[in-house]
Amino acid sequence: MPGKLKAKIVAGRHLPVMDRASDLTDAFVEVKFGNTTFKTDVCPKSLNPQWNSEWFKFEVDDEDLQDEPLQITVLDHDTYSANDAIGKVYIDIDPLLCTEAASIISGWFPIYDTIHGIRGEINVLVKVELFNDLNRFRQSSCGVKFFCTTSIPYSYRAVMVHGFVEELVVNEDPEYQWIDRIRTPRASNEARQRLISLMSGELQRKIGLKVLEMGGNAVVGYLQCFDLEGESGLVVRAIGTACTLEKFSSGSASITCPHPSTAPPSNACNSPKDGKELVFGEELPLSSGPPTPFRALPSSSSSPPPFSPSKPCSRQSSSSDTDLSLTPKTGMGSGGSAGKEAGPLKTLLRQQTQTTLEQRGASSSGLLLNAREFPFFTLTSFPPGFLVHVGGVVSARSVKLLDRIHNPALGNARSYKLLDWNSVTADEPETRDAWWEEIRQEIKSHAKALGCHAVVGYSENTSICEEVCILSASGTAAILNPRYMREGCLDVGSIDHRFDDPSPPNCGFCHIPYDELNMPFPAQLAYCYQCRRQKVPDVLFTTIDLPAEAAVTGKGCLIQARLCRLKKKAQGEVNATAISNLLPFMEYELHTQLMNKLKLRSMNALFGLHIQISVGENMLLGLASATGVYLTALPAPGGIQIAGKTPGDLNNEQHVAAIQKRINDAIAKNKELYQINPPELTDEGVGSPIPEPRQRSRIFRSHSESSDELSELDLSHGKKDAFVLEIDDTDAVEDIHSLLTDAPPPAGFHSCSTETMPGIYNWTSGIQMFTSVRVLRLNNTNLTNQGLNKIFTDLCENLLKSFYFKLRSTVPCCLCHLNFTVAVPEEELVQVSVTAVAMTFDKDQNQEKPPEKATTKGGSETEDQLQFPLELSADSSSTSPQPSKISGVAENTIVSTRAVSVDYGSFADRCSTWLELLRLKAHTIRRGSVKTSRRTQSLAHSVSSLEHCSPLPEGRSRSLCSSRSFGVGSVTMVKMTPLSFLPGTRIIKYLGIINMFFIRETTSLREEGGVSGFLHSFIAEVFAMVRAHVAALGGNAVVSYSMKDCVLMENPNKNQAQCLINVSGDAVICVRETDQEQTTNTGQTCGTIDGAT
Amino acid sequence: MAVELDVFVGNTTIMDEEVYQLWLDGYTVNDAVRARMEGGVLDEFDATADVLLSDTMDQYRTFQMCERLLHSPAKLANQLLFQIPPHRQTMLIERYYAFDDVFVREVLGKKLSKGTKKDLDDISAKTGVTLKSCRRQFDNFKRIFKVVEELKGPLVENIRQHFLLSDKLARDYAAIVFFANNRFETGKKKLQYITFQDFAFCAGQLINNWTVGAVGEGLWLLPLANMDVDLDKEFLQELKELKVLITDKDLLDQHKSLVCTALRGKTKAFNEMEANFKNLSRGLVNIATKLTNTKDVRDFFIDLVEKFIEPCRSDRWTAADVKLYLTHYTNSAHILDTFKHQVVWDRYMGVIKSCIFKMYHD
Repeated sequence: MPGKLKAKIVAGRHLPVMDRASDLTDAFVEVKFGNTTFKTDVCPKSLNPQWNSEWFKFEVDDEDLQDEPLQITVLDHDTYSANDAIGKVYIDIDPLLCTEAASIISGWFPIYDTIHGIRGEINVLVKVELFNDLNRFRQSSCGVKFFCTTSIPYSYRAVMVHGFVEELVVNEDPEYQWIDRIRTPRASNEARQRLISLMSGELQRKIGLKVLEMGGNAVVGYLQCFDLEGESGLVVRAIGTACTLEKFSSGSASITCPHPSTAPPSNACNSPKDGKELVFGEELPLSSGPPTPFRALPSSSSSPPPFSPSKPCSRQSSSSDTDLSLTPKTGMGSGGSAGKEAGPLKTLLRQQTQTTLEQRGASSSGLLLNAREFPFFTLTSFPPGFLVHVGGVVSARSVKLLDRIHNPALGNARSYKLLDWNSVTADEPETRDAWWEEIRQEIKSHAKALGCHAVVGYSENTSICEEVCILSASGTAAILNPRYMREGCLDVGSIDHRFDDPSPPNCGFCHIPYDELNMPFPAQLAYCYQCRRQKVPDVLFTTIDLPAEAAVTGKGCLIQARLCRLKKKAQGEVNATAISNLLPFMEYELHTQLMNKLKLRSMNALFGLHIQISVGENMLLGLASATGVYLTALPAPGGIQIAGKTPGDLNNEQHVAAIQKRINDAIAKNKELYQINPPELTDEGVGSPIPEPRQRSRIFRSHSESSDELSELDLSHGKKDAFVLEIDDTDAVEDIHSLLTDAPPPAGFHSCSTETMPGIYNWTSGIQMFTSVRVLRLNNTNLTNQGLNKIFTDLCENLLKSFYFKLRSTVPCCLCHLNFTVAVPEEELVQVSVTAVAMTFDKDQNQEKPPEKATTKGGSETEDQLQFPLELSADSSSTSPQPSKISGVAENTIVSTRAVSVDYGSFADRCSTWLELLRLKAHTIRRGSVKTSRRTQSLAHSVSSLEHCSPLPEGRSRSLCSSRSFGVGSVTMVKMTPLSFLPGTRIIKYLGIINMFFIRETTSLREEGGVSGFLHSFIAEVFAMVRAHVAALGGNAVVSYSMKDCVLMENPNKNQAQCLINVSGDAVICVRETDQEQTTNTGQTCGTIDGAT
Repeated sequence: MAVELDVFVGNTTIMDEEVYQLWLDGYTVNDAVRARMEGGVLDEFDATADVLLSDTMDQYRTFQMCERLLHSPAKLANQLLFQIPPHRQTMLIERYYAFDDVFVREVLGKKLSKGTKKDLDDISAKTGVTLKSCRRQFDNFKRIFKVVEELKGPLVENIRQHFLLSDKLARDYAAIVFFANNRFETGKKKLQYITFQDFAFCAGQLINNWTVGAVGEGLWLLPLANMDVDLDKEFLQELKELKVLITDKDLLDQHKSLVCTALRGKTKAFNEMEANFKNLSRGLVNIATKLTNTKDVRDFFIDLVEKFIEPCRSDRWTAADVKLYLTHYTNSAHILDTFKHQVVWDRYMGVIKSCIFKMYHD
């Protein structure tokens, strides 16, 4: 019995009236954990009962402690009939299992009923006593910390980053069990909530085990998702980045540079040369590492990391890499496009996948291989020096048919027996696990094609409609600093020279990772505008946050590409085929839109790019959101040129000229709006003149057959490189219109999809997190693609306008982390959900500069202790026989992994047309005259902008600090934010992960104010429950909050609706930066408070 | 194409004071949108009517969900559903319990019963206050009345504590409760010119001076309930003794001569005062002696108007004249040797004086 769980029920308040006769309630409480149940006495005739129960003790395995929630049911005692349930509270006790997190859960919890919502509150105390269990074969992973935050959490430093962890658990959905026909909706909802709670507990435990096995103690960037697959089951899956974290302590604040002898062994391993530690985020003095529980980690962390070095990477392997990198040339677009990689990899990947599957099957624990297999990181922001180069966005999608899966295990899963798909080995390849494996392989090879050995900012998601499921993964191909890696494990042979002289931190990540002579895709290269030494692409797309040290000109803004595509209703394979046929076109158009909009704003890079493609019965929706910025290191973007199709026509020419003028005006206006004034370039400069290839990429409508018109278009007027838009049909005209109709945010507002807005530094502490959901019913049955596009674009634009309006009193402010999620819940419905935070900032940007954390730390000297046991260059050379020529691939029956898992002959046709299209595009990119302009930018400028650009909010003192304090009234104010920090405050303690799943159902929709009223109160209730849990843990804020799922089903005719919401985040204690002494007032004693600031 | 669903939920509940007021005033969503457009929000901020409609709907929903909590304001502070900063909570409560003087003037002194509630549409039509707003205000009166009815202790303080209202508003509600409890007649035509604030002031005077709680100081601890709501029975009984001021001819003459001596030369209305002294004195003393009858208590204000204010007004007394007259009228009684009821007289006249001052206007 390694653990004792103790719970005490103190009191209730605001209970509902359960007895109409007396207008009172006779309440009592059942406390259940696992199979043990305790009851309190009945507190008769009171709406505010005081139970003050004894401590109920549960003696349980720590495995159960991790999996099971504590279940508290409040009931109304009824002498004659069955007791009526008032509602329930599920308490996740995971935070108590971590010695560093919360020590007690104590507070008021809303009593929740899936039919009636919140019905009063209950005051509960929960404690856990853990006994030490040194059993090596234990199944639990208590003590492993989980963070949703996608960066190294504040007040921690990463001793080691181990790499990718993933897990997936499948079960039958209780909603689809036979018993559901006879039980009440309430019972069904509760069964589902409980099951998902159990499954996420188990998932977390299993991931924890993997982390322990790797020698880590934490998972950062933990991303858990649900796939409600209907009849075929319920999938809970999670990915994350395993790390060994160490907390800063105040005790040894003065020691910033521990001696190797005092450093814990886990620190010292494999990196003998260093003495300095890497600091993340906070300017905290480093300690030598006080005794933390992780000192007692399995000794494997001090021995050489568990991953044995792979075979030495030969020249040959890298050359085969190059071959591979040629393959997706067709798709990568300039600057790394968003996964437009065409399909010629399928065959290849098949083989790869199979090999890996065999390997996994053969390996006693697939985990070790897995981590090495996928050098993926869910992190989106990194300590300085970590990220060497960024290649571009890599993404992969795959369409699967759910009903085709044979689920051998589901047949006997009646009793909520949880199944682990990882245990289903290679003999059952068509499992979800294999699907993801396949996708990850594809991502990995894309990264390789970009000359990168790692993928950062990695995420996965799905979209399900009936039996069709689109699996998507995306990330940013990158090269991480080899100094963090063990010797011999990195395949840096071909790119070695790049590390010879370390790139300046503020532009290094922009430098191309791939070989200039062997570029994976046609791109326009130029020497870096900052250091003048390395080549940079003309555009850079990434899924990560803007690195703190990056130099940015002007301000950034939200850039969205929106797209609708109609599709015929179909079933099964036909449907899947139709979808896979549409996907590449959608990606292509989204990419084009992004590119055009980027250029229209005079920007040259996208950060935090997130592309979502949602499938509905009769349409596909695509939404790409990102933050556009002007990276100082990258060349200025050329304008957009409009070209008429028939040059002879005078009317047409006037028309073209008019449009061209509008576009030019828009660009000029945007430059002013976003304060993009890159320093003028002068022709004399250092070094040799760079032959700058002038090029012009022509964007074709994906369905316009204009191959024969290629040659006639040679618009070489103007000195800038231009993006040419051809008005060859009405679609294009509409495209241009839509390009111009994107309204900029009103004065005083900014918006971005990343954590912070480049160009804004002095945040004040005012924040307002919000969730908004809008559903549109398309009544018009005969809509065209264009009509739909317009509707969809308007929907998104109107939502943004609504936000600006609602938050108008908070200006100047920035909507950060605007996270749009689209769905097609029913045939004619389009649903968009947005969660974001409005953060106020000080109008006077010059008033104060944040202390430059990033630069003072210095990238090069402090980074030595971060080690990568990861094998970042997996031995794909041995596992993947690669085609040597594109043509060879193209002529084969190529099947993209996006396709249905079954091969269809028709795919070959589809793919070859697609390839043709891309090839055409490549043809249009021609080398023009040599441009010898270069730049002698004053370094002073870049330095000063660097000072500005740290998005971290740790200004030492703020002139504007909200006077609101946290604890007011009897309810603790709990702040929530999707960001990893709260401006003006410092996080002093992470209390554990919040991961909650709720179902709400109603059979009186009209009475609850229609579907809007229903969802409004449900979202408010979810917020309330999150806040209550955080407050009970002793916290006062939630960071990295996100609403993963919001699935709404309605039937207004039956007056019914049901909604599922899944939210997650990190519960924290934070204190205002200005008053450190308040730290002890926040309810929890914190041993580690930094006192140095 | 129609918006099927549209919600916006903030972690800190966003409430626009302007929209809140429109909601309280009983505007429908569409009317509120129109009012906001006329108010010029759109000009200040570049937005379309759709945006305004969506925002208004959201806010209305929020208010509707909050309304339940506002019925017992103490709950608003410790509920978990809405995160509202304390100063916003105060605003919400204060505004919710605010009322229109024109409306309250109509129901003042009426029984807060279902019957009265049925008449609300007439009142709404008459006052121009929307029916919805009338209902809210009426329900507020009733709710507060019900709660404080059961409570011991000072009325104003009870209201303030249970409904977290400002002192001013709590006093107004105390007046409303006091009027409703004693059923003072306020609806007569002759009383129409008296505003709610006049009445509220008078109610405050009565509560502070004529109720059990007024002289409380622990002496009459036993019947604690309603001690601020009901008039002091013992005092009303004692008032009968004042009758001697008008029944004893000598005393009346003596009183008159004292007052006239004091007033002579100080006012233009002296002649009228002298001529009317006996009538006026009879009127005031008669009001005092009849207050033991519940019926006459109800007619207290109408009696004051008929027996004192109207005669004075017809003689064109100025407010200063009234003040001068009443001061001397009250003080002179102290000099009367045979008049023994000085304490009761002061307690009575103190209130009468200030009420008349307040009520003496056009």
